[in-house]
Amino acid sequence: MSDQNQRLLTIVCESMLESFLQEELPRLGASGYTVTDARGAGRHGRRGGAWAKESNIKVDIVCDAEVAQRVVDHINREYKQHYALVMYSTDATMHCVSAR
Amino acid sequence: MSLEPVVLFFVLGLAAGLLRSDLKIPGSIYDALSIYLLLAIGLKGGVKLAEQATPGMLLDGVLIIGAAILIPLVAFPILRYLGKLKRADAASIAAHYGSVSVVTFSIGVAFLAQAAQEYEGYLIVFLVLLEVPALVIGVMLARYGAGQVRWGRMLHEVFFGKSIFLLLGGMIIGYVAGPQGIAPLDNVFFDLFKGALAIFLLEMGLVAAGRLADLRAYGVFLIGFGIVMPILSASLGTAVGWMLGLSVGGTMLLAALYASASYIAAPAAMRIAVPEANPGLSIGAALGVTFPFNILIGIPLYYWMAQTIHQIGA
Repeated sequence: MSDQNQRLLTIVCESMLESFLQEELPRLGASGYTVTDARGAGRHGRRGGAWAKESNIKVDIVCDAEVAQRVVDHINREYKQHYALVMYSTDATMHCVSAR
Repeated sequence: MSLEPVVLFFVLGLAAGLLRSDLKIPGSIYDALSIYLLLAIGLKGGVKLAEQATPGMLLDGVLIIGAAILIPLVAFPILRYLGKLKRADAASIAAHYGSVSVVTFSIGVAFLAQAAQEYEGYLIVFLVLLEVPALVIGVMLARYGAGQVRWGRMLHEVFFGKSIFLLLGGMIIGYVAGPQGIAPLDNVFFDLFKGALAIFLLEMGLVAAGRLADLRAYGVFLIGFGIVMPILSASLGTAVGWMLGLSVGGTMLLAALYASASYIAAPAAMRIAVPEANPGLSIGAALGVTFPFNILIGIPLYYWMAQTIHQIGA
């Protein structure tokens, strides 16, 4: 077993962006990501989550710092201006079992 | 003229939302119900199409779509110059009103069934066909040739998004299978339809209640627009239906289609193609004002309009 230092980048955004991110994240170098449904409130009002058109998702990506920056830059450029979204990142340690 | 009982479920949902009840329909049930309703409506339309399709319907279709294109073109200057809305907001709202609502159509069908009134089943085809031109016009009004438009993404969302895909898919299955082929599915898709619509409307009431609260911030213009615009569009639909020689039921359904505003396909398409438009304004007007108006007052009103024009015409 080996531990690797990575970044955990989290994007909370309108659920309609999911299909775009699905297409774009692998292209930006993310080898994987996890999407969960999310509810909450913010600058763009309350996002109840019950109705698909006003629901949010939370996308977690564990990747190296370079990929994380590329994803942040891309999302800032493409979506930040007009869509409800927030991004944050933190250091993460991947506990992975090395392949035999 | 009696109130269609399923409409009362909408009122119940609206009351629950406004009274801050903890009632909540899980998202997965909403999704399942919407898939069921879209398939059922598509199947029903496909079966009727198999029974009624004639070459003459093609010309009717061109006229129905041609007249419907007027709706966003009339709505846009009203919103832009009378309402003083930003170009993107006016264009997006115009697209929502040019597009159609499947649920409003379904309630129109339920209303006609209760009134034992026949209608031209092929009108269901226009649930699919009327969606696209309004959205394209909306985007063009927002851009006037300038600015980048994600046309590919938007059209993909429109054609392969759940609503059109299931409606069209159901319609093709219904058409290919015909009435006999679909008969074994009647129990599920037709007998349970009204019950499913009732629960769906309960949820729509809850959502609309949330939108009503937002509308206070947007002022009386948008509320007035949300009531006057569907009446104008329904008048156009009534006239077109009557000119095409549709039955009273068919004329009413066409009026209801023209009067309805989309709150499922159009919001998604506009979010992609005109992201700077405020979705609160368009969904607020379409879902917070026009949808309740149409199902509570509009549909009986359009039925009366259809009956009246046929009486005068005769």
